[in-house]
Amino acid sequence: MLKINNLQAGIEGKQILKGIDLEVKPGEVHAIMGPNGSGKSTLSSVIAGREDYEVSAGNIDFEGEDLLDLDADERAHKGIFLSFQYPVEIPGVTVTNFIKTAINETRKARGEEPMPANIMLKKMREKMGLLEIDNTFLSRSLNEGFSGGEKKRNEIFQMAMLEPKLAILDETDSGLDIDALRIVANGVNKLKSKDNAIIVITHYQRLLDYIVPDFVHVLHKGKIVKSGDKNLAMELEERGYDWLKEGVEA
Amino acid sequence: MKTEESYLEEVTASEYKYGFYTDIEADKVPPGLNEDVIKLISAKKNEPEWMTEWRLDAYRKFLKMTEPKWPNVSYPEPDLQAISYYSAPKRKKELESLDEVDPELLKTFEKLGISLEEQKRLSGVAMDVVVDSVSVKTTFKEKLGELGIIFCSMSEAIQEHPDLVRKYLGTVVPKSDNYYAALNSAVFTDGSFCYIPKGVRCPMELSTYFRINEAGTGQFERTLVVADEGSYVSYLEGCTAPQRDENQLHAAVVELVALDDAEIKYSTVQNWYPGNKEGKGGVYNFVTKRGMCERNAKISWTQVETGSAVTWKYPSCILKGENSVGEFYSVAVTNNFQQADTGTKMIHLGKNTKSTIISKGICAGKSNGSYRGLVKIGPRAQDARNFSQCDSLLMGSSCGSHTFPYIETQNKSAKVEHEATTSKIGEDQIFYCNQRGIGEEEAIALIVNGYCKDVLNQLPMEFAVEAQKLLAISLEGSVG
Ligand SMILES: Nc1ncnc2c1ncn2[C@@H]1O[C@H](COP(=O)(O)OP(=O)(O)OP(=O)(O)O)[C@@H](O)[C@H]1O
Ligand SMILES: [Mg+2]
Repeated sequence: MLKINNLQAGIEGKQILKGIDLEVKPGEVHAIMGPNGSGKSTLSSVIAGREDYEVSAGNIDFEGEDLLDLDADERAHKGIFLSFQYPVEIPGVTVTNFIKTAINETRKARGEEPMPANIMLKKMREKMGLLEIDNTFLSRSLNEGFSGGEKKRNEIFQMAMLEPKLAILDETDSGLDIDALRIVANGVNKLKSKDNAIIVITHYQRLLDYIVPDFVHVLHKGKIVKSGDKNLAMELEERGYDWLKEGVEA
Repeated sequence: MKTEESYLEEVTASEYKYGFYTDIEADKVPPGLNEDVIKLISAKKNEPEWMTEWRLDAYRKFLKMTEPKWPNVSYPEPDLQAISYYSAPKRKKELESLDEVDPELLKTFEKLGISLEEQKRLSGVAMDVVVDSVSVKTTFKEKLGELGIIFCSMSEAIQEHPDLVRKYLGTVVPKSDNYYAALNSAVFTDGSFCYIPKGVRCPMELSTYFRINEAGTGQFERTLVVADEGSYVSYLEGCTAPQRDENQLHAAVVELVALDDAEIKYSTVQNWYPGNKEGKGGVYNFVTKRGMCERNAKISWTQVETGSAVTWKYPSCILKGENSVGEFYSVAVTNNFQQADTGTKMIHLGKNTKSTIISKGICAGKSNGSYRGLVKIGPRAQDARNFSQCDSLLMGSSCGSHTFPYIETQNKSAKVEHEATTSKIGEDQIFYCNQRGIGEEEAIALIVNGYCKDVLNQLPMEFAVEAQKLLAISLEGSVG
């Protein structure tokens, strides 16, 4: 599904990603961990197509197509979704209106008719149930005045509505309380299928107890310095990152 | 929801979408302005003598006046002698049904997506369609007639209801109010007249679509709305103009009279041709709009301004009666080389009067947008209150936005609050939308509509959808 090959990228002349290789197959869950500033969010932004970042080498293949040739919205139409570490506020635009626009613009790009309003409403209700979201939520301005946890839950609500092939969850767990974490993680698990894939970026093992990864990668200074299975995450929880950093810095 | 979906489909077009020209035969006087032309207009319209005299008096006052230079706009002064002051479609007989309307005209409305049929069916909107200065069609008149509501063209009102016209015309905007109001008073060819009798709530939105249609024809509309004691009316005015490579002058006057306990809601979507991307052509829109509130009366102006090359326009309220309320909700968009100087005046004269001003400016391209507002509290306006919120949204770095709030208080008990913000559309917001599959143009439309929500919410539903379309269309190509 996703094949990243020697990806190097930076911003304003500063190199951040220094040669990333990663392959994600349908049905898989990958976790990316790593110290602050190691480049996790940069990697997700580059996959999603944020223009500020310059890609200096490498390529990203998504289902046989080079993603780097596409604009961010076109990538979204192909089924790439990013749950933002810091979701953005859009005053005056309701959650409903935003999601409706997102869905129908995506459908339009795929040559489909807009989703009929009654079907959209039904779907919204179903996904709200899944994520235990209150009705009043829909008519609020997007992320405006939302608590940290509400913002994250809203990201996953959008994911549930858009049904992406590849979802990248950038620190979705941070800001969620213990109950919310369980609800959101269970929601994500229900959305999982053999056809889609998830990349979870997190600092904590706790989330991975719920969303169990097939692979865990450690990113450090723009490089994947170690990959393993879910046991690697537990090991990191115990030992921290220092033992991995040493090898690289040498 | 349906309507909003279709709105999304339409935001993909690029050039000035409503730029087309209807080919209707016109009966036109030669260009030029003098007393004879005014007499000719009056004669062609078969007006009573008092009306002719009224016009001539206005013209004489006009001759002593000069064009105002204080608005923050610049343009070559229009050559008033080059304008033809009267043009009427040749077929002028009364029409009873749509079948009788010129098919060319119907096509025009279809292109606008607001065919008469559709409007009639969907919203129960009665319309007085002004094409090139003469009303072609008035609908729903009978139904309104049952309630004693008069809704007709100004020409008809002068013939059929001369006493009402004579009583109120020029009482809110005097002939000598300003240069263009004086010109309008002298040469206005048509417009709408509306009278709501005592205690009557007008059951439908009254709507007029104005168009400038004939090349080189100045358009001087005159509108008078009188809401008698305890009555209510919501009036809609909207316009689009064909694309033209020459400047067209538009100098309308709108007068609202809200007697004791009456309420008038006046909504405008203004989309005159703004000129092309190089700033060539476009309509000059110099409008005087004012309302008079008697005791406990309320007037609210809502406007969405996206068009014109040069605009100056300050819908105002004179809060004469105690407890009267004035409201002004405005979205003004300028793009490319457009210039707009718009705002409001709230003149508090009576005790306990209240006013609210919500102004949202959006500037893109090389355009220039100014908000100019005056809140004046007279000496007898005990406990008067005003709240003003003036926001500007800038797109790109070549545009300019200015705010000129003037406050004059002559009564110490008054409370006047003013808030202002300036913001830019963030790249973060656009990327966030892009990531959800919303392209750049749609993202901007969405963000802008969110920003204008407080104003758009004031518009009746069908009008709000149309306004959203216009906002999106007028900002196309303004980023990137
Ligand atoms: N727009 C930017 N301008 C300048 N530097 C940037 C920018 N974006 C990222 N960086 C830098 O790139 C590096 C990687 O940042 P990134 O946000 O990808 O880290 P991260 O791994 O997601 O960290 P965290 O765990 O704190 O979220 C950091 O040193 C950061 O300061
Ligand atoms: Mg990060």
